[in-house]
Order: sequence, then C-alpha cells, then structure tokens
Amino acid sequence: MTLDHDLPDAHGHFGVYGGRFVPEALSAALDELEQAYRAAQADPAFRAELAGLHKSYTGRPSPLTDATRLSAHAGGARILLKREDLNHTGSHKINNVLGQALLTRRMGKPRVIAETGAGQHGVATATAAALLGLECCVYMGEEDTVRQALNVARMRLLGAEVVPVSTGSRTLKDAINEAMRDWVASVETTHYLLGTVAGPHPFPVMVRDFHAVIGQETRAQVLELTGRLPDAVAACVGGGSNAIGIFHEFIGEPSVALHGYEAAGDGVETGRHAATLYAGSPGVLHGTRSYLLQDADGQTAQTHSISAGLDYPGVGPEHAWLKDNGRAAYRGITDTEAMEAFRLLCRTEGIIPAIESAHAIAGVLQLGRELGPDAVIVVNLSGRGDKDVDTAARWFDVLDRDLPAPTDVVAGPPGEQL
Amino acid sequence: MIGPAYGQPISTAFARAGNEDRAALIGYLPAGFPSRDGCVRAMAAMVEAGVDLVEIGLPYSDPLIDGPTIQEAVNQALVGGTTTAVVLDTVCEVAGLGVPVLVMTYWNPVERYGFERFAADLAAAGGAGVITPDLTPEEAGPWLAACSEHGLDPVLLVAPSSTETRLRRISAACRGFVYAASTMGVTGSRTEVSPLARGLVERTRAVTDLPVAVGLGVSNGKQAAEVAGYADGVVVGSAFVRALLDASNEDAGIAAAAALAGELVTGVRHRA
Repeated sequence: MTLDHDLPDAHGHFGVYGGRFVPEALSAALDELEQAYRAAQADPAFRAELAGLHKSYTGRPSPLTDATRLSAHAGGARILLKREDLNHTGSHKINNVLGQALLTRRMGKPRVIAETGAGQHGVATATAAALLGLECCVYMGEEDTVRQALNVARMRLLGAEVVPVSTGSRTLKDAINEAMRDWVASVETTHYLLGTVAGPHPFPVMVRDFHAVIGQETRAQVLELTGRLPDAVAACVGGGSNAIGIFHEFIGEPSVALHGYEAAGDGVETGRHAATLYAGSPGVLHGTRSYLLQDADGQTAQTHSISAGLDYPGVGPEHAWLKDNGRAAYRGITDTEAMEAFRLLCRTEGIIPAIESAHAIAGVLQLGRELGPDAVIVVNLSGRGDKDVDTAARWFDVLDRDLPAPTDVVAGPPGEQL
Repeated sequence: MIGPAYGQPISTAFARAGNEDRAALIGYLPAGFPSRDGCVRAMAAMVEAGVDLVEIGLPYSDPLIDGPTIQEAVNQALVGGTTTAVVLDTVCEVAGLGVPVLVMTYWNPVERYGFERFAADLAAAGGAGVITPDLTPEEAGPWLAACSEHGLDPVLLVAPSSTETRLRRISAACRGFVYAASTMGVTGSRTEVSPLARGLVERTRAVTDLPVAVGLGVSNGKQAAEVAGYADGVVVGSAFVRALLDASNEDAGIAAAAALAGELVTGVRHRA
C-alpha cells in the first residue's frame, strides 16, 4: 500500500482513478488551466493575494469549537467542530472559489460558469465573480432550484445568471452536464469553475489544494487546544471537497483515522441513496474515473438524498483511491439520522448546520461511541443551515399552520432576474 | 480471433468514395431510436439511398457533447430499454446491409461491459469500428490494443483547439479515419458549417495519411457539398434524428430520413 503524498501523477491519476475523459475540444483548456495553476502555485504574489483575501474577506482562519454538550451524545468523546460554516457565503466552498476566480483573472478570461447542487458553490462563485468583476452563469438542476430557492435569489442578487436545468434527473449531475456543454462552446472566454474534487485533471488536485487550508489550520488548532493530533477526522462526502480539504493534511499521519460520511438517503438497501463509495462501483463520469452509482450497463443511476449538496452519483477520484487502499473509511448516513443530528447540534451547541454537514455530525455521534471518552475527533462543519431552514422546518413540522407552504415561494420563471 | 463475420472494412468505403472523387457519407442514429426495429429499418433506407458508412449510437445517460436533438432521441431509446446488448444486436442486423458499421459510444458503458469483451462482441457482431468522443489518447492505450486484437478500427476526435502535438497523438491512435469535430460545441444543426472545419482538416491531413471526416453541424445537401470540398467524409447525425423526431409516425420518419440521405448523397458528389 502506498501513502504517497505526492499523488496524483502527471496525468492526474490516483492509482487507477482520476485522469481525463473529455471531449478533445476541452483538452487545450485543461492543459492551459493546469499550466496556469502550476505557475500560480509557484508565484508568491498569487499565494499572498489568496491568503490576504482569505483573511480579510473569507474570515479565515475559521475557528475550532469544542462541542462540549454534543460530546455527551457521542459517548463522551471530545468533538471539535471545524467551523467552515462561519466563512463568508456560509460554507467551505469559498476557499476553492476564490482560488479559481483569481486564476481566471490570471488567464485573462472574463467569464465563469459553475454547477451547483445545494446552491452553496453557486453562491460562492457568484460572490467571487462580483468581487473580481467577472461575468457569471450558474447551472442548477430544476429540482434543486425549488429545494434551494433562497440560494437562487442570492445568486441573482449577486448579479449571476441562474440557468435551471430540466434534463435528466434535474439535479447536480445534470447541471454538470449542461455546464460542460456550455464550456465546450465557450472555452476561449470562459473558465469552468468546478466546485468539487471530481471532474477531469487538474480539477481534483487543484480543488483539493485550494481546500487544504482547512486541514492545515485544523492541525495547528488541535495541537494548540489538546497538545496532540486528533484520533479521527470526519467529514461528509458528496463530491468530496470539504472532506479532502480536511483529510489531506492528515493522510501522512497513520495515527489519525479518516472517516467520510455519505448520504444513505432512505437507506442503502432501498436503492434510494447517494452513497457512491459505500455502494457504488468503479467507472467514468464527468471526465474522471472513480466510484459511481450505475446500472449493469454503465448508465448513471438516479440518486436520492434530503441534502441537495450530497445528491450526486459520483465522487472525487482521490476518495476512491483512499477507499481502496484503506486509508479512509466511508459509511452511509440516512436522511433520518442526518436530521436527528441536525436537531441535536441546534439544541446542544446553538449551531444550525447545513444538512450536508449534519451527515458528518451523525457519523461522529456513532464514531464517538466506538472510540470512547478519551478520543479526540475533529469534524468538518462544512456549511451553515440557513439555506436548509425551509426543509428542516417541514421535516420537524415547526411551521405555523396558517403560513403559506414554503414550496409555493419559489423563484420566478427561468431567466427572470431579481 | 478472426475478423468480422460480415460487414466491410472502413478503409474500403473511403477508398471507393475517393476513387469516385467524392466524399464518403456517414449517417448516425442511436440504437433503439425511434424504436429497436425502427432504427434498423431507418438505417436500411439510408443505406439504400447511398449512405456509405453507418454509425450506431450507444445511448448513454450523460451525453456530454450532444445537443438537445440527440439528447431527446437517446433519452427515448433508454426509456425504451436499449441496453448494450440491444446495441450489439442492432449492429449485427445493420452489418447485414453491406456497409461498414461503427458504434459511437461514450466511454463508461464500454468500461462497464468490459472493454475487451466489448471489442470481442462487437467484432463478432460484424462491427468495423468504434468512435469514442470522450476517450483521450492518454487514457486509450489498453483499448487500442483490444481493438487491434479484434480487428476493429478505433476512431478518436480532433477539435479546432487541438494543438499540432495533439493532432499527431490522436491521429496516431486512430484507424480507419480521423473524426474532425467541426466546431467548438455540441452536436446539432447549424445554419452554417463552422469556418474552423476547413483549417482543422488541413492541419490534420498534414500529420496523417488516414481519411479525415467532418462531423457536427452538417444538416443539408449544400453543407455536405461544402464540406466534401475539403474533407474525405461527412458525418450527419442530428439532422437524421430530427427527421425522425418531427415525423408523425415511424414510417413517415424513415421516409424523411431516406429523403435527407438522398439529398446528402447528391451533396457529397458535388464538391463545392
């Protein structure tokens, strides 16, 4: 087994995973992006500008919160929350977005496009585009525009065009398809600001590197707080960006267990889930080889999760590699388990998490009981739950009955700008 | 493994067209569209009208470089139960028409089926080649070997943005012909053929002796004549699909596809 920290290889492979499976029209742009990224990485001025933005704009470093009341529900294990929810725009997504937006400007491209599921990446992209004066177009599955209507409004307030995608399952997977189709035709003037550690090389490595700041800060903060490395680091996994962001720093530390929690939806056994690593098989989707949920003929399967951000049939290739070599463990968390953890975090710590992040909370409640009261577990609280108040209020039935049903309050017709 | 049981090699079709001082016409339809039998009947009518090679699409849930027309057809085919096995059966039936048959497929269904098994079964069904629009030469090594072993011609795509280095690398991986995507964009009809197409064909010719066929955006006889003026082959897909989608019933659609094939056949013989 290799724990080589220097993966991927020159063609973007993590073992047999990763690589580049794209229409030839995109090859030149991906080469250009890779070169621009390598040059930027080696440029102290670029790194200083990004670090400066993270300090003055994102609000980094994000705090580490000792969740002492939640701990009692996790077998007494010490639970530390890495507070990516406190970043500007409300999630970890801004880390990658600011990096890629600066790269876009460096490449001289005036326009960015993005896909979004929960809307967090779309909001972050619209934000960075406004900050840097870039034109912005966000593709979002029609079903998600309904589930996350407030984020649609946010993106439009920030000046972005939001395009509802009505093909296929009308969720994140189809938003990526449409963004790719846009990019093939617009690649000379447009950067595809992909929001996760999936997609063709160099996206998985580049997005990982932009999020690695999460784990770097975590290491220093945990050492300062506890005087030692944590026993486990945990995160939710959809495409896998927040998880890789906090895992990466610890991959070379064998004493630190890595745990990823996927969306098991109604339960993996029901077939209505999005637990790609847990229940999927290797294949190629959206330009990379990784695990995916597919049928016997290689057709992408329909997924289900209460969380739009985890409702994706693929996953980043580095996670596939970490799964196969046993360095990280991946389990499924059902909608019900996630929502119970959501409620618990609200009531014990006064923090309303994103439903995505609630999957990780649910996971560490189990993990804490397994590891016992001496354990120190860091969990990446990847986003805040403002966007999910509507979903959660209906789940817990806490809305007053005479209010209009929230699902009636959706965005205007496609193309209408607020 | 012996070669195809029947069907013709791709090189023969291009050579014949070249001898007649015209471009070869390649017609595309997804398997299972407008129905399983309808696809075979439409292909038969198109071949009858003079199509030189046929391209059977393997319907896939996430067709990244296809525009709305082919997306709709592929979706119909998938809803209708078009599996990889059905695609191979379709190839077997169409190969009996006496022209070379290629399969156009995104990579994942091939990988899922097992790429060596796919090559073997396609060759046994009489297939002559495979077009893979999302397989880069960097990832294609084992696949090219499997094609070689089973006597199939692998066809990869070049694009207007391809550098000379990439044109060389991609052409070197191809057998039969090189597929030149005329434009930076997805499949579908356009009012004019991209001005980028001619330059791409010229740059590709400079690095390979294989025939170069142009696809994406060719939908009528005039455009076919224009492309035939500088390319060895003309690929038409969305326009055939559109003819079948717009018809009131399957027979009318097949008649419309055959009529379009006739127009295109005239086009490729009147090089502009």
